[in-house]
Amino acid sequence: MSPGGALDAGAPNAAPAPRIAVLDYGMGNIRSAEKALLRLGARAEITSDLERARRADGLVLPGDGAFPKAVAGIRALGLDRVLADRVDEGVPVLGICIGMQVLFDGSEELGGAEGLGVLAGRVRALKAPGLKLPHIGWAPVEWRRPSPLCAGLGPSTTLFHVHSFAPHPADPGDVVGVAEHGHPFCSAVERGPVWGVQFHPEKSSAEGLALLGNFVARCAAGAGAGSPGAEGGTTRRQPSAA
Amino acid sequence: MALTRVIPCLDVKDGRVVKGTRFVGLRDAGDPVELAARYEAEGGDEIVFLDITASSDKRETIVDLARRTADEVFVPFTIGGGVRSVRDAQAVLDAGADKVSINSAAVARPDLLEEVAGVLGAQAVVLGIDAHRTVEGYEVFVDGGRTPTGRDAVAWAREGVERGAGEILLTSMDRDGTEDGYELELTRLVSEAVGVPVIASGGAGRPDHLVEAVEQGHADAVLCASIFHYGQYSVGEAKARMREAGIAVR
Repeated sequence: MSPGGALDAGAPNAAPAPRIAVLDYGMGNIRSAEKALLRLGARAEITSDLERARRADGLVLPGDGAFPKAVAGIRALGLDRVLADRVDEGVPVLGICIGMQVLFDGSEELGGAEGLGVLAGRVRALKAPGLKLPHIGWAPVEWRRPSPLCAGLGPSTTLFHVHSFAPHPADPGDVVGVAEHGHPFCSAVERGPVWGVQFHPEKSSAEGLALLGNFVARCAAGAGAGSPGAEGGTTRRQPSAA
Repeated sequence: MALTRVIPCLDVKDGRVVKGTRFVGLRDAGDPVELAARYEAEGGDEIVFLDITASSDKRETIVDLARRTADEVFVPFTIGGGVRSVRDAQAVLDAGADKVSINSAAVARPDLLEEVAGVLGAQAVVLGIDAHRTVEGYEVFVDGGRTPTGRDAVAWAREGVERGAGEILLTSMDRDGTEDGYELELTRLVSEAVGVPVIASGGAGRPDHLVEAVEQGHADAVLCASIFHYGQYSVGEAKARMREAGIAVR
């Protein structure tokens, strides 16, 4: 089975099935992400092992749950260091739901907590006067700019969301997809090798799998390349005093 | 606004689907996972499994079902029947399910809703209510509709949400299996009483019934069994009718 679409048609040879580490940092519902990646032909495995995370061709941070606990879980395992190093190397990283939120500088959830700072910006509560929260269900995500993340998906894709918070990227250029619940919110980001989605592609049927397939293809392309830093090495943001 | 969901429901006993289905060409027509995958392919927005196996310890059965489903099905799914503790719920979610539906066990011990929501989040907790029309209103029944509880369905829905339920799966026992349409008054009363999504269940016989449940019952989602199992309509046909009526669906 070929992973995903023809995204990386420029790759020098048919890419081998990439090894994707689905990071287990103590949050809920991570098995479905692993199963979806396996379905797409990736060699996916759930792990919290640092060495495996260092060797993988791509990293996925899945999960449901609260922001402070998620960040604490990642730090306690030492995965924050590995993640930063791998991003520096240009290795593809996909954060899903809380796994995307933790990549930002911080969140106001449960009184506020600092995040991993891989992406600039903060996570804030959805403003949805008169509407039900958490926002649970299928919502159209409008793709605001071309990105390998949404390659082949058309102008808008309906995807499954479960959340009360959403990121506000400091750089509007990071925003790829926008959905709406009372007000528009950022539902997908991409900055170099770092991809993040507020929805659950692993629970979004064929369209969600197509998007995950784009990620698998990206990992496969990197797996074939000798120097992983070639493409994304300069994209990680520098620590700033702001 | 989230789109209105159409949710096929499968009754499962000892790991097998108990009701017949219209599908032809299945490798195994009684396999709940294969049927769920077919419903996903037709456009089902979620899947609900209700395990009606009669045994004292059902955790292994429902965890196995959740695990096998997560291997093949990539829309959210809920497992009901047999969740009696936080450990049960945690095991089902760890296996790949998104939610548990709790019915009799919550009536027996309402604190269970708080406990499960506290550990797994309100979004993972569905309160299942089986309601039967009485002279005064609607009464909650448990044990598969065999035992009256004296509880008022609307008051119980409200209490369940206060205790942490993130969704109500509301079944009219009077309509279940009749294909005469949903109990719209019950659906509307509960929908207006709670701030969480209400899934209407029991009575769907044709796509217009789904439209009524949303327009008149104010349901956020519609659960269907026989309308899909026995062949009159596919999920896609039901959704096409809803779309015609101006209801936003996936």
